[in-house]
Amino acid sequence: MSATTVSMLGTPPAASLPRLGVHDLLAVVEAAGLTGRGGAGFPTATKVRSVAGARDAVVVANAMEGEPLSHKDALLLARAPHLVVEGLVLVGGALGATRRVVAVGVHVDAGPLRPVAAHHGVEVQVVDGGFVAGQETALVRGLSGLPAVPRDPSVRVTSRGVDGRPTLVLNAETLASVALAVRLGPQSATSRLFSVSGDVALPGVVEAPRHALLSDVVDRARPGPVRAVLVGGYHGTWLPAARLPTPLADLTLGAGVVHVLGPGTCPLEATARITHYLAGQSARQCGPCVNALPRVADTVARLAAGPPDPRLPAEVARLSALAAGRGACAHPDGTVRMVASALHTFADEVSAHLAGRCLP
Amino acid sequence: MTRLHVDWTRCDGHGACAELLPELLDPDEWGYPVARSGERDPAVPAALDSRARHAVRSCPLMALRLFTD
Repeated sequence: MSATTVSMLGTPPAASLPRLGVHDLLAVVEAAGLTGRGGAGFPTATKVRSVAGARDAVVVANAMEGEPLSHKDALLLARAPHLVVEGLVLVGGALGATRRVVAVGVHVDAGPLRPVAAHHGVEVQVVDGGFVAGQETALVRGLSGLPAVPRDPSVRVTSRGVDGRPTLVLNAETLASVALAVRLGPQSATSRLFSVSGDVALPGVVEAPRHALLSDVVDRARPGPVRAVLVGGYHGTWLPAARLPTPLADLTLGAGVVHVLGPGTCPLEATARITHYLAGQSARQCGPCVNALPRVADTVARLAAGPPDPRLPAEVARLSALAAGRGACAHPDGTVRMVASALHTFADEVSAHLAGRCLP
Repeated sequence: MTRLHVDWTRCDGHGACAELLPELLDPDEWGYPVARSGERDPAVPAALDSRARHAVRSCPLMALRLFTD
């Protein structure tokens, strides 16, 4: 795995960590314009504010890495665990939190993290679960000793989370950015980590500044000819190669996954594979997700593999509408959004498949 | 505005709600309610208020809830 250091993955800062009140912390977080790096991209200051003043709060660093194509939080914990821990200590200290936890997925190596966490009085909890276990409500259940599956979102984790206590869940990279913003100034926390995969010579994690273009991220991984890029993750958006010169700031970056598709892979087949995987990752709690997602996946697979049937795109749209907005978590919505972006971006390929051939 | 919320982790598609509130809900092909308005938590007009309460009480899995936003 290649990694280029700009600041987040650099050497540990030496000076001792300042203690900030919630007002000062929020000022730094807002000046840095921090948004969540786990997928939802929610403004970090708003999330912090939602637990300000809560008694007995729990602050959680989310390093579940449930996205199969995401490696950036695991790399961060291996290379710069102190930044994630310091971010937790800063936010936890400002909120007067009585528990600070780093939640790691079972496939994430917590070795380098443990001594740093222990030194700062931060817990490390390994949480088992699949793709959806990193969703906030699932994670607080996992940390409460329950199965890590999403719950109905009407009770927010910020009022009742881990063990019924007000809980703030922030992505590991978000917390590392908080630590950098406090230590080096808000202007130092503007880069992001990207997990680049697919048809590239150097897959791995790259750090890119906010003003960079999507092509800057892709080029660092030495791609061959690019046909399309899936940006954000399996719940992300397919973009054609023509969109490579787009500024990162104009894209929905999700968890920072950038998956490159070369000319040798049929994008509809790739989409069908991902959709099938996602349908299998349902927590099997909500009927529309259990029933509709496998049918969406099957329909996309028929579109990719034939035989041609002109009714398939409309059937994908009909089933997608049955999945969206009808679940406890964002899994069905994210899945059908990715599928819709594929049918939009690969409209020519869809037409070709419906005519019985696959575009080279 | 009163709205109807479905806890999808509880709902098992019995269909009582769609039978009691056909103006708001339609069963999908598996029996789970679909909001006719397309809203995540459909608005309940005042005229349907008492029937919506009846639907909430009638759900065998207690998956329905009314709230005001």
